[in-house]
Amino acid sequence: MSSAEITAMTGGNAPAEPRHGLRLFVAWFVLALAADLLIWFVWYPHLPPGRMSDSAQGQQFDIAVLAISAAPVIIFVLLYFIYAIVVWRARPGDDSDGAPIYGNTKVQATWIIGTSAIVLFLFVFGTVELVVPAGAGGGEGPSPIWKLAGTQTSTWTPGTNDILQVQVIGQQWVWSYRYPQFGGLETTELYLPVDTPVEFHVTSLDVIHSFWAYKLGVKADANPGVDNVAYVTAKATGGFEVRCNELCGIWHGAMYNSGQVISQSAFQSWATGIQAKEQASGLLAALPAYSLTYDPTVIPQLGKDLVNVIGVTGSPGYYYGPGNPVTP
Amino acid sequence: MSVPARAAALIAGFLIVVGLGVFTALYYVGSATTQLTTVNYSASGGQVNVVLQEDPSNNTATRPNWVTYYTQDPGTKQWVHTTLFSVPANTKVNVTIYGFDGCTPLRNNFWGQIQGTIGNTVTVQQFSKNNTQLGAPTTTSYINSWASCSVAHTFAIPDLGVFVPVASPNANNSKTNLCSSFPCTPTSGGAYAEETFSFMSPSQTGSYRWQCLIPCGGGYLDGNGGPMQTLGWMAGFMNVVSS
Repeated sequence: MSSAEITAMTGGNAPAEPRHGLRLFVAWFVLALAADLLIWFVWYPHLPPGRMSDSAQGQQFDIAVLAISAAPVIIFVLLYFIYAIVVWRARPGDDSDGAPIYGNTKVQATWIIGTSAIVLFLFVFGTVELVVPAGAGGGEGPSPIWKLAGTQTSTWTPGTNDILQVQVIGQQWVWSYRYPQFGGLETTELYLPVDTPVEFHVTSLDVIHSFWAYKLGVKADANPGVDNVAYVTAKATGGFEVRCNELCGIWHGAMYNSGQVISQSAFQSWATGIQAKEQASGLLAALPAYSLTYDPTVIPQLGKDLVNVIGVTGSPGYYYGPGNPVTP
Repeated sequence: MSVPARAAALIAGFLIVVGLGVFTALYYVGSATTQLTTVNYSASGGQVNVVLQEDPSNNTATRPNWVTYYTQDPGTKQWVHTTLFSVPANTKVNVTIYGFDGCTPLRNNFWGQIQGTIGNTVTVQQFSKNNTQLGAPTTTSYINSWASCSVAHTFAIPDLGVFVPVASPNANNSKTNLCSSFPCTPTSGGAYAEETFSFMSPSQTGSYRWQCLIPCGGGYLDGNGGPMQTLGWMAGFMNVVSS
């Protein structure tokens, strides 16, 4: 029904139509501002994954920004929905049609410009947030583009800007960690020094796993024969958990262990202590030379003949290679 | 066709499909589930003695070529084909594992280091196929499976930090002198290794999974399937109960 028809029906005494747009805008602005303030000041400090590392802080900030961006949109949609139901609902006895609408340039332009701005902002924001903090804690493959600032050294010294290298080895269904700057020692607990750039080299000895130190904001796939590099700098001491984040068999859900971020001096003591212990037990000498990837089907110490002959139920050197089974 | 007839046909078709799904789930999935026996170990003098063995094959009709663990019933001394056992909480657990299976090098030689046992050591005694001691028992904190073929499997309880390589007969015995009737016994004509170690059960009751870390599932991709991923074979639970 057109306004002329309404005027004709009511004899020109129709009540003035309220300014719906202004009403909606004011209500939306107040609600959106309140929601964003709540998100920033109340929710943001408690958002996962916390603030234990630079990557975690970055991810927490990203989630907060996304929430702040999304809240006004969601509020607008819901507000408009509720407003339409309440204000523009059909009254009892009103069987008339609504006014025909043939497009509204202002609304369409606002919608296109607004959504384009939001999408472009998220594109730029997301890209910057991924690039600037050295890959944002994600695995970057064997040749990382976005590296963490620090000095690559063969030994690690506390109080310097030396990058600590840690190799993460996945295997059904356990994690172990090697520290090449400490003689290649290997442990089942991931110890890291605080305020130190850390370079993870993530690999696997069997199937695909995913190294996920949730509180550190680090997640990198562990692929057999692949060195996947990820960076982090821990900013607070404390414990954290490492989980596998890639379905890898029956005990995938139980493939976790723990780690600790400790002071640099405490880390130095811990690492040198473990190194000395493993040296004394003969473990360090028995481990393969540190390498970015390992081929577990090659056991050079056993010799080819032994590898081929032995293996009644096991498979020395072969681990049931490509020919076994023929039909898995 | 009338609307009620179409609705009735639709409902009937829906019920048939749901019924088939339920039948499949109950018949196939349900029948595949077998109830494993749990062997209960009771403490005596604050200690409990758990006895296991690992064999290259087994006495089941369905999977006779699967490598497996057996657990010894403390009352009857019979070998039970299960990997579920219970021990009291906060108790010293003395474990004896008879290694009747042949040697296989560890995928990661790191697991040759004994971890989580009292003293971080194990004691190994080798036996010939005639059940004769080969040398003296050796207490060690590391078994290097890459230097010599000396490990068959591992016994690992990750939640307790217990990682123990299980010794095997040497390379030559692994080749020609393994037990061939299962479950094996020291007098059944196969060379074997007897390994003993102890650890403390946790004070917290619950189920603690244990597993082998050597991919020993012959016939499965990379050796990681079959017995490696099936309870009752190379993986199980240690149930810690109130003491």
